[in-house]
Amino acid sequence: MRHAFSVRIGPIGFRIGSDWRAPIDQLRELYRYYPSPNLPDFTVRLEATRPWRRWVRPSIRLAGDNMLPEAAPLPLAQGLLAAEMAMNLQLALGGRRYLLLHASCVERDGRAVLMTGESGAGKSTLATLLAARGWRFMGDEFALVDPDTGLVHAFPRLISLKNAGIAAAMAARPDARFGPLLAGTPKGDIRHMVPDGLAVGAMDEPARPALLLYPRFGFAAATTPVRASESFVRLTQASTNYVAMGEAGFGALCQLVRSTPAHAIDYPDGAAAVAQVEALWRTL
Amino acid sequence: MADALILARALADPQSLTLDTDWVGLITTARAELLLGTLAYRLDGLPLPEDVALLLADARAAAENGRRAALWEAEMARRALAPLDCPVLLLKGTAFVAAGLTAGRGRSIGDLDILVPRGSLDAVEAALLAAGWEWVKPDPYDDAYYRRWMHELPPLIHRERDRMIDVHHTILPPTARITPDAAALIADAQPLGNALSVPSPNDMLVHAAAHLLADGDLAGALRNLWDIHCLIEDHGIDGLAARARHHGLSREVDRALRLVRRLFGTPVPEMPARWADVLYLRRVLARDDWGRPIRPFTRLAFYIRSHWLRMPPAMLARHLWTKWRRA
Repeated sequence: MRHAFSVRIGPIGFRIGSDWRAPIDQLRELYRYYPSPNLPDFTVRLEATRPWRRWVRPSIRLAGDNMLPEAAPLPLAQGLLAAEMAMNLQLALGGRRYLLLHASCVERDGRAVLMTGESGAGKSTLATLLAARGWRFMGDEFALVDPDTGLVHAFPRLISLKNAGIAAAMAARPDARFGPLLAGTPKGDIRHMVPDGLAVGAMDEPARPALLLYPRFGFAAATTPVRASESFVRLTQASTNYVAMGEAGFGALCQLVRSTPAHAIDYPDGAAAVAQVEALWRTL
Repeated sequence: MADALILARALADPQSLTLDTDWVGLITTARAELLLGTLAYRLDGLPLPEDVALLLADARAAAENGRRAALWEAEMARRALAPLDCPVLLLKGTAFVAAGLTAGRGRSIGDLDILVPRGSLDAVEAALLAAGWEWVKPDPYDDAYYRRWMHELPPLIHRERDRMIDVHHTILPPTARITPDAAALIADAQPLGNALSVPSPNDMLVHAAAHLLADGDLAGALRNLWDIHCLIEDHGIDGLAARARHHGLSREVDRALRLVRRLFGTPVPEMPARWADVLYLRRVLARDDWGRPIRPFTRLAFYIRSHWLRMPPAMLARHLWTKWRRA
């Protein structure tokens, strides 16, 4: 491919090739403090949907080792988003070493809080707000659970902030580095934020899962315990490779829900949610 | 230009890999050709760079899960069809793993392919529908086309397990100019001991060659050729020529033997090369180290050829016209 860049995010290495220079330059800039992988686990391709679409109304098709035929092409202006989506897609479809949970994750004292919920539940924003209060940010897309050890590994790629979350994160982390504002994407406005030095510097240190949370934004504050059996079902749905991993995935998930207390958290705003999480943390 | 030759060489002769191998290119190509699991088994036990060894161990674990899932799917079909008391043959990947053949080691297996006598098709379809399989293609033209002109039922998918089953009654479309002997395939099948069976070794080879060279556009050809190489390593080619003649597939089988000999050094007698073999190899290896399809004109030519093989010209014209009007 004409332009290429390799990066390691936590234990996962990516090789990204592109028909255009711009997305590669942006990745190189935003992932400046990340290491290169010895051997990339996945190859990602950002290619023109038709040969002429490299110049005329440039249109990016997400491709790579694993294909998702229905993934819609994106305009070149959203190249950074395309690269991030393509990397997530490769891991989601092809990752087998770790049980992948669609969750955000923060850590303190070697113990991790995993937060999972549907898009818009506030996973990313909540992780960002907690990181602003001294927690280590481990990721806002995937938590990687090692079936052998039960430990969760960090995947601190760029934080994908959406809509109202952008302003909330910028207020909480005025010192952070941000990517360009991508307006009018399929998910509204998106802006990427570079995880802080603690998140990147400690990304090779796994943590023991200590708390599972199911946040829901836009409700009166409430904290409800969730039984292990319900957690199990919720997490099978939050995992992209639970079925593909077979018995290893089942074992990892059983161990996780048995050993980790779980709570559903309804919250009206970020400050309330942070207070709820920290209150639960003190009870552990 | 770099193509998938690096992968063919690695499969044929893993010892030939050196430390400065382009591992990224090799792994990416293997993944794109659905041969990463196979490669992982071929390289198992060799001294490899640590990251490579780790990645290939994952691929073996994934292939092992895939093998188990494929065998489970075969068992599900067996249970659904047991009351019918008709012969059920496993084909392709599922047959390789069920029979414990080298071709099954690490092989990626998508759909479940089975073959039943044409006279049992209706009963088989009814039994599968009753057991939770559903039609994939709601389009009436496609459905009718499959039923009238294809060597298989329209694909069915299981509503809970999300796995496809292809029910064949022969191994080439009835519209093709070659008519293999499906009854002989069933008569000579080898039982697995659980009411399922697999084609005899020579029929497996003939089917693989037919699938590769008399049907389709050579998508996944490298994997199919590797199957053929492994089948020959396991069983040799005694009686193959006569069996190929019987099914009307001598040309395809001969070509398959020439191609595997060229690509993998398979121990088969040398035959005089045909000029078109070069074109086939160009198509088989048309994949670069980023996993991209290359050689668009060669690919297009084989795509057109696949339609030409499948249908007489007037029928092809009618089919394309109908498809075009509906598109």
